Amino acid sequence: MVITKRPIMQTLSTRKLVIDIPGRPDGYPLNLTIEAGQVWGVLGPNGAGKTTLLHTLAGLRAPRAGSLLLDDQPTGSLKRRAFSQQVGLVFQDHQDGFPATVLETALIGRHPWLSPWQMESADDVAMAERALEALDVLHLKDRLVSTLSGGERQRVAIATLMTQAPHTWLLDEPSNHLDLHHQVAVMKLLTERAKAGNAIFMCLHDLNLAARWCDNILLMYPDGEACWGPAERMLVPNALERLYDQDLQTVEVDGAPFFVPKRG
Amino acid sequence: MTRSLLPPLLFLALASLLAMAVSVAVGSVALSPLEVLSVFFGNAEPLQQTLVLELRLPRTLSAFATGGLLAVAGALMQVLLRNPLADPYVLGLSGGAAVGALLAMLAGLGGFLVSGSAFAGALLSTFLVFGLAHGTGSWTPSRLLLTGVVVAAGWGAVITLMLAISPARELPGMLYWLMGDVSYARTPWPGLLFLLAVCLLIVPLGRSLNVLARGPLQAAALGISVRPMEWLIYVLASLLTATAVTMAGSIGFVGLVVPHMLRLVLGNDQRLILPACALAGGTLLVLADTLARIVIAPEQLPVGVITALLGVPTFLYLLYRSR
Repeated sequence: MVITKRPIMQTLSTRKLVIDIPGRPDGYPLNLTIEAGQVWGVLGPNGAGKTTLLHTLAGLRAPRAGSLLLDDQPTGSLKRRAFSQQVGLVFQDHQDGFPATVLETALIGRHPWLSPWQMESADDVAMAERALEALDVLHLKDRLVSTLSGGERQRVAIATLMTQAPHTWLLDEPSNHLDLHHQVAVMKLLTERAKAGNAIFMCLHDLNLAARWCDNILLMYPDGEACWGPAERMLVPNALERLYDQDLQTVEVDGAPFFVPKRG
Repeated sequence: MTRSLLPPLLFLALASLLAMAVSVAVGSVALSPLEVLSVFFGNAEPLQQTLVLELRLPRTLSAFATGGLLAVAGALMQVLLRNPLADPYVLGLSGGAAVGALLAMLAGLGGFLVSGSAFAGALLSTFLVFGLAHGTGSWTPSRLLLTGVVVAAGWGAVITLMLAISPARELPGMLYWLMGDVSYARTPWPGLLFLLAVCLLIVPLGRSLNVLARGPLQAAALGISVRPMEWLIYVLASLLTATAVTMAGSIGFVGLVVPHMLRLVLGNDQRLILPACALAGGTLLVLADTLARIVIAPEQLPVGVITALLGVPTFLYLLYRSR
């Protein structure tokens, strides 16, 4: 039984990409390459354009300038469906339309992989159930999503992305609403996916989650300035203090820096 | 979503056949089930043969087609607007179609041109309501419903104006547009064929509709070209409404109550809900029309009165029960 025919994994990259935030001057052009095996963390204060960047990378809004490439091919030349087999996104907030169960919600992730005439097969259901299990929400599979707590919904959304099984995972604050244990569980899951060959690119608000789990960091400043690179080079107190306009105290845990806001 | 689609659809198909049989049997001359059967096997008395095949059956089929068209139109609009309160009647589409049809009749046109004009009216009304409610933001439920209600009231005024200035001999034929009355339907076949065509088209579209019901951004992230898809639904829903209104005038609440009831029982998979709407909407209107024929016999009620009287309390009850 073949679960899914998987095409060759394709690397998402940007060339001189300037995101379009209405009413803001052009930001620094981004030349990012989000490679298999990498875990990217995007840090920045509120309103720096993190969500806009993720939506631009997911092809949901046009950039102001520059281009988005999938293996050196402009994404504009791809069919939406083919693109969404490669790149998937977990949104920051989840709107409910009509009532749907947890399993139905996760199964929606199979959409790009099925032809119009196909029904979801038992394999697709098994895939959705495995994803729900990985996110510790399988026991809720027959519940209506509207009856879940914020953290449970967040995990269902991540499970939906896992069911979609794109190569590049874009996540907008995946640790939102999650308790400490599930924050760690989700970060572990994401790094495991990266080891298995996926590329992970997420916005985070928690510096220390980023310090612990991300190997590449993109800092987005409110004025549109941006810099990126390996985590150990980016996560330095001076840069972070300027990023958040907040004095920080640095402590060392397990040989890695951890950041605590200074009092006063 | 994974459950089989066939059993509920077969059940609904049986129910609609039963409803049609009842509708054909009931009337000033009541027929027994055996007599109805013998008509279809062609060995009944000529009088019964004529009564059923030429008088009652076309009307029953028209009622079925109209109900199915309205229910599917309602269900499609609800997906488009992600709002279970959307309905061709509530949103003023039926009113627009009625104005279009009346205008054509006033101008002395007939047949095909009346239908075309009704379609243009429905489309114009959809444009007005969706365009105005959209404004600079997105389709919020309250804004949309308010716009729809106000536009519907506007169409009502236009209709009254046209009735006031039209010649008296035209009035009976025009009035039915307002009340909704299946007895004026000329032929059920275009409506039935269109309903069937839409149901077939919906099979490959169904899963995309499910995804679209999760919101436009999520749908785009899952590979749907949202704009063309929304336009397609919008045009289809207008076409369905226009066809229904052209057949039987503006009948309310079928598009609201039928999808809502079915969703409570069958869940939310559009691949199941939309064909189920066609069958259940048809069944409901066949039964309502039968009731309209017998309740104050020998006089007949416009079927729109029955659907409103059935629809309003059912809807309120369902809304109340759902939380």
